[in-house]
Amino acid sequence: MPDLLSVKNLKIEATSYPPGEPPKVVTLVEGVSFNVEKGKVLGLIGESGAGKSTIGLSALAYGRGGVRITGGEVLLNGRDILKLDRSGINSVRGCHVCYVAQSAAAAFNPAHKLGDQVIEASLRHGIMSKEDAKKRALYLFRVLGLPNPESFGERYPHQVSGGQLQRAMTAMALCPNPELIVFDEPTTALDVTTQIDVLAAIKHAIEETHTAALYITHDLAVVAQISDDIMVLRQGKTVEYGTTKQVIEAPKEDYTRALVSVRQAKRDEAPDQSGTLLKIERVHAGYSNGFKVLHDVSMHLPKGQTLAIVGESGSGKSTLARVITGLLPPSEGRIVFDGKELPKALKGRSNEELRRIQMIYQMADTAMNPRQTVRDIVGRPLSFYFGMHGAKKTERVGELLDQIEMGSRFLDRYPAELSGGQKQRVAIARALAARPELILCDEPTSALDPLVAEGILNLLMKLQEETAVSYVFITHDIAIVRAIADSVAVMHRGRLVRFGPKSKVLSPPFDDYTDLLLKSVPEMEIGWLERVLKTRRMESAGN
Amino acid sequence: MESGPITGPVLTDGVAGETHPRSADLSGIPAKPNPAATGENGGSFWRRFIFRRPLVALILQRFGLSVGLLFAVSLMIFGGIEALPGDFATTYLGQSATPQAVENIRKDLGLDKPWSERYLSWLGGAVTGDFGTSWASKNSVSEQIGNRLGNSLFLAFFAAIVSVPLAVGLGMLAVQFRNRLPDKIINVISLAAISLPEFFIGYLLILFFAVQLGVATFPATVYDSMSFTERLSAIALPVATLVLVVLAHMMRMTRAAILNVMSSAYVETAELKGLGTFRIIARHAAPNAVAPVINVIALNLAYLVVGVVVVEVVFVYPGMGQYMVDAVTVRDMPVVQACGLIFAAFYIFLNMAADILAILANPRLRHPR
Repeated sequence: MPDLLSVKNLKIEATSYPPGEPPKVVTLVEGVSFNVEKGKVLGLIGESGAGKSTIGLSALAYGRGGVRITGGEVLLNGRDILKLDRSGINSVRGCHVCYVAQSAAAAFNPAHKLGDQVIEASLRHGIMSKEDAKKRALYLFRVLGLPNPESFGERYPHQVSGGQLQRAMTAMALCPNPELIVFDEPTTALDVTTQIDVLAAIKHAIEETHTAALYITHDLAVVAQISDDIMVLRQGKTVEYGTTKQVIEAPKEDYTRALVSVRQAKRDEAPDQSGTLLKIERVHAGYSNGFKVLHDVSMHLPKGQTLAIVGESGSGKSTLARVITGLLPPSEGRIVFDGKELPKALKGRSNEELRRIQMIYQMADTAMNPRQTVRDIVGRPLSFYFGMHGAKKTERVGELLDQIEMGSRFLDRYPAELSGGQKQRVAIARALAARPELILCDEPTSALDPLVAEGILNLLMKLQEETAVSYVFITHDIAIVRAIADSVAVMHRGRLVRFGPKSKVLSPPFDDYTDLLLKSVPEMEIGWLERVLKTRRMESAGN
Repeated sequence: MESGPITGPVLTDGVAGETHPRSADLSGIPAKPNPAATGENGGSFWRRFIFRRPLVALILQRFGLSVGLLFAVSLMIFGGIEALPGDFATTYLGQSATPQAVENIRKDLGLDKPWSERYLSWLGGAVTGDFGTSWASKNSVSEQIGNRLGNSLFLAFFAAIVSVPLAVGLGMLAVQFRNRLPDKIINVISLAAISLPEFFIGYLLILFFAVQLGVATFPATVYDSMSFTERLSAIALPVATLVLVVLAHMMRMTRAAILNVMSSAYVETAELKGLGTFRIIARHAAPNAVAPVINVIALNLAYLVVGVVVVEVVFVYPGMGQYMVDAVTVRDMPVVQACGLIFAAFYIFLNMAADILAILANPRLRHPR
């Protein structure tokens, strides 16, 4: 009996149009082969640009934008779907093979009810009657643990939360009873506490319906919970392909070993946490429409140390950074910096006060002028704060580039000519150029691949040793907190839940929220998901 | 909460105990705070109303803005005409204008009163539908305009009924055959139509259909005694001209708006469901492209009422445009003011209707959380 899906020697190309040059054909994927048996899950893992989504979409004979599948075979039940014509492919998509996108919020049509969208493919392919499709949707809403399953289908996408949308998308994919589902990073955009629920729901649903799946993610710990086999990809080529147990517990390749061991770095906290560089005193803040974000938040940070602020989206952690910088004046409370209260609003602060606090953003892309060279970007604070120009300025920019381990050859590059990690390094150099005492880092690594992110974190730690700069590091990732923090503040719904030295905050006894947060972080261990769910269920039974 | 001692961080635990989610909270009830709930504890009645009934509030707001704008426009029309050099009396009397005769006519027409008084009495009349009497013909302006407006609306209505579905349909067709021959043909023809001045299109149509082929009626003058079918055949050519003029604009906007939506993730989802191209365009793309398309349609409908002066003159059609042009040449101010105000009202209220429709087309406003 042939495998359900058998991909042989896949080659995928795209045409790029660099300005002022002739069009170039780029090979995205080459020589990739794998098999998926009925009812099994294959995890595709790799960094961005590894070609995982592209490969996943090839199971639907689909190429995004100018992407073309130029070689190899994609056999579904022994039939090559790449050779089908348009109507032949349409009869496969949404019927035999379904797709779950990374951002369900964007992938649902805002103009139609969820229920109609969930059953649409089943009806259009004539798989079942409207009655039956509705019944099946209701069944799937129940299996996936959606609230009020009877009326859930009557709602519009904007009326439900991100985690619910992601589960609804899974229901939409499962509804026509497909043989294979492609999950494209279905939990990446979610908070950890939501991710674990969605992950559990997906796992339960595909077990219940005996559907096979391709599970695409960049997080090895996530894929370890759900897949039978794992394929590690890098730059469009297979690095390692084996059972989940073998890849996680006995990886053969160096690259896989690096992926397995990443995020296990730990740093001891500073023993002496007395003294304060930054002190946030009972801050309340909100937006002009009357929506209050921060409620009575207090914390402080000693000189030369790192304070990690951790929380989910909507917890107010980025708003707190805006309050510290003065972009959003607090309605109550004070920000004390180096023993002196800072003017609340940005306008009231002197250049010197501005210089001493710098910021690094999550998206280095949007935080830099795309029409300025690295020389201009890093040089701007030098001329603004220190009046440097000419050769002296260039020399200092060169020094800064050496400090961030890039070097002067990048002086005349534009941001578009840099990789994601290099852009973030340039953003760090720009912050350093002002010789600040405090740098606010707002999720600077969450848009980066794990190995690149690790490099950035190491750089930040090295710079702290060299220059004794302090960091306020905003993140949603507990592993990063472990790796870099001296003290930790846990935030939830605009309030401070827990604050203190790292060792105390991250060890029991916990409050409910910190406990939930810590337990939700996936661990690189097979069977972790079941174990956590079991303890959770016991706790909820006890309540 | 007590802030920790300044000497060193002390574990502050359970500060916000009452807001902790229970561990049992696995069902995924949205963790986001509800802005409506937060908004309700402060603010005025209007603010609370916006939170509770955002749709009604927005529509009321648009309506209020439109009425306010109309008053502002009435002031500008009156002020603008006031500021024009020369007046009816000197134009009317021509060579024989003696100061005494001019003075008499001005007194007759009430021009000796202060302008604010005249504005208020004019506005008071206009609100009740009385635009005074024409200086030139001594007839009631409202009566005259009633006839003319009916004719103009008749023309505009048929032009709209043909052009709007045609434009939207062609736009969708152009998307379906994007960058292929049908799309290119539609684009070239619409570009040609938009580039030619309307009087030129009008004369071309007259040349071909009325003069050479003899199948159409010219001039397009309509009388009270004409039957409905006779009227229809009379306005065929002006309607065709207007359709050609407004079609391209609406069609191109439809095409651009749908193409914009076609690159979105939910259209990819529809494609990966194996749906046909036409269903994707009609069901998944079009509803989300409605807002910009409605705006362009409203602008063009307004143009069909307000901007048809040239077409009416070319086809000798007794509509509002012609009436206003005649009134301007003899400085018949009550007529000019009335026409200006009615045109402005059409423009403002069509745009308001477009705004409200675009608001209604937004599911986020129609179905608040």
